Amino acid sequence: MPAKKKESADSVASATRVTAGGVAVAPRLAVRKTYKLFIGGAFPRSESGRTYVVADSKGQFVANAAQASRKDARDAVLAARAAFGKWSGATAYNKGQVIYRIAEMLEARRDEFAALEVPASEVDEAIDRLVWYAGWTDKLAQVVGGANPVAGPYFNISSPEPSGVVAVVAPSEPTLLGLVSVIAPAIATGNTVIVITDAPRVAITLAEVLATSDVPGGVVNILTGSAAEVAPWLASHSDVNGLDLTGLADAKLALELEQAAAETLKRVRRPAPAPDWSADPGLAPMTAYLETKTVWHPKGL
Amino acid sequence: MSRFEYAPAPESRSIVKLQPSYGLFINGEFVDGAGSFKTISPASEEVLAEVAEASTADVDRAVKAARRAYTDVWGPMPGRERAKYLFRIARIIAERSRELAVLETLNNGKPIKESRDVDVPLAAAHFFYYAGWADKLPYAGYGSDPRPLGVAGQVIPWNFPLLMLAWKIAPALAAGNTVVLKPAETTPLTALLFAEICQQAELPPGVVNIVTGAGETGAAVVNHPDVDKVAFTGSTEVGRIIARAVAGTKKKVTLELGGKAANIVFDDAAIDQAVEGIVTGIFFNQGHVCCAGSRLLVQESVADQLLESLKRRMATLRVGDPLDKNTDVGAINSAEQLARIKALAEIGSAEGAERWSPACELPERGFWFAPTIFTGVSQAHRIAREEIFGPVLSVLTFRTPGEAVEKANNTPYGLSAGVWSEKGSRILAIADQLRAGVVWANTFNKFDPTSPFGGYKESGYGREGGRHGLEAYLAG
Repeated sequence: MPAKKKESADSVASATRVTAGGVAVAPRLAVRKTYKLFIGGAFPRSESGRTYVVADSKGQFVANAAQASRKDARDAVLAARAAFGKWSGATAYNKGQVIYRIAEMLEARRDEFAALEVPASEVDEAIDRLVWYAGWTDKLAQVVGGANPVAGPYFNISSPEPSGVVAVVAPSEPTLLGLVSVIAPAIATGNTVIVITDAPRVAITLAEVLATSDVPGGVVNILTGSAAEVAPWLASHSDVNGLDLTGLADAKLALELEQAAAETLKRVRRPAPAPDWSADPGLAPMTAYLETKTVWHPKGL
Repeated sequence: MSRFEYAPAPESRSIVKLQPSYGLFINGEFVDGAGSFKTISPASEEVLAEVAEASTADVDRAVKAARRAYTDVWGPMPGRERAKYLFRIARIIAERSRELAVLETLNNGKPIKESRDVDVPLAAAHFFYYAGWADKLPYAGYGSDPRPLGVAGQVIPWNFPLLMLAWKIAPALAAGNTVVLKPAETTPLTALLFAEICQQAELPPGVVNIVTGAGETGAAVVNHPDVDKVAFTGSTEVGRIIARAVAGTKKKVTLELGGKAANIVFDDAAIDQAVEGIVTGIFFNQGHVCCAGSRLLVQESVADQLLESLKRRMATLRVGDPLDKNTDVGAINSAEQLARIKALAEIGSAEGAERWSPACELPERGFWFAPTIFTGVSQAHRIAREEIFGPVLSVLTFRTPGEAVEKANNTPYGLSAGVWSEKGSRILAIADQLRAGVVWANTFNKFDPTSPFGGYKESGYGREGGRHGLEAYLAG
């Protein structure tokens, strides 16, 4: 891509426009995007009123991103909890269709991620990963559940069910593939998530993909800002059921968060030692936030 | 109770663009066949189109195309790329669902409400489900590196033309096989529209080949020496011929054949609910369903009450124009099938069973048979033993659960069964004793892509649908 194009969307403003009569007019000014949070399907500013400066790879100012606070985190938990009943109760087929729709929308918006300097190969991988998880919604129960041949006249069957609300610290790199790799498995299994990320532009652009993909509001909530500041509130929140630290590089913070999560016995995924986000993810990202429910029923005339 | 009068509410045919003639779909394009035949609407006997008839040489071309596509493209392709083709097909079926539904109803005679609400959405869902397996085969429980078989030769029936196509093609392609499929002689049109969908999806040429024709074309597919896998849905009679034909070859075979399902109603069942289930069980798709609940076994103490309700309910069934959105029972698929139903019904009367149908005006043209029940049927009667494959219910009674099970299993078939009771433990105990591949409890004729389907005994072998449906298309 030519360097000139890469600068920013504002570059169109630098060209002087000339009317048909040869009269110079003021250049058109680009309309910038405001990067806010994504909570309950809406894009609110941080309740705290705080923002932080986001620069591009050349150090140029591009945005003031919302800096999430403890209150934003609590609002996100409320939204995720409110969405949980309907999303976990949706048919597996429906969840698969919705996640496949995210892949369709991401494919359609790949230029937006290219503009944010996400490599095309990473966008490809992120789309294909969504397709992979779309196919798991109605198959996981057939792989990890099943009939149990108990020694007695009983029908006995085990099925997976989602744990509930999962708080996730997204990996810093790769931005898009990292976000998709932590969000998709949790929602494919029927959980709702709150994601903390330090990649606001990619994350909020992904939120725009989610918002146009029939994903019900509150199923995915995105908080931009500092994991060190916000994650402890989620790790200790009693209405959060799972904590995904696989993307967290700060080992000291990870330890504190896991210890905080112990109080409410959250299901915790520890940081991955050398995560390879492009490898086959296997089942672990999905089974981490699943409960197994076993139903017994007598057989007899 | 009199039935409500409804104004006609026909679905428009204009969405379907019928061509005067259709070729065979070989290697991604439509080509001429050796001969041709006419395909009609069974509701009006109107000729809809001329369709190519594939000869043995045409079938050979199709198998060669499938082999090439398997070796060069589809076999080596990563599962996740195959998956995306299948997802595309699922989406296009959904996008063109109305067109497919109208065409299916025109060519098959089934009510539009069934093709629109059952056949087509299930076909799309089937592709969506198996698309998701294409990149997950090592998780399916058939080994850590499951391999496809090669070229699958598939022969399907006329009762659910598009849905049976989906049941056959989706798992085959997901597992990495290529296919040569022969639709039924009387219902080729949705398969040919599906060929067009493969083109829209840009499926590589030769991965799906559709050869139209009658029994001889089917035999050429089954007997072709370069076919690795045979999948057949149809009559037990033809199933036996196929099983014999493939004996001693390396071909893997699955067969979905006939049925004579018992629908067992206990005295503690919710009667109104059971009546709905009995009606669905035998009159859905004019009874052209291999898993139809064609034998009603009702506990003696509630038989009179149940039969009275059933007759009252049957009197409200609307028989007629399949394209009318109010129609419950459409046309019989062919003159040949109508003759078979009539012959068996006459045998039922001759053997002493009591025949009853609601007052029912049938259209003059086309092939029609009124919903019919026979009471006083014994196990020795031919209508209790043979598959009628029409809207004809044989009613038998029983006194004890043991007797119900014995009568239910007293058949060479074993495809499906129904149990109606408000007592869960009884349902599960009875289900354990039934020799049938699908048991519906307090429901009937339910299908889902995730749920395996197939028979015991002479109803065939192998399962279609669900994780189990992959096994038929994987080596091992």
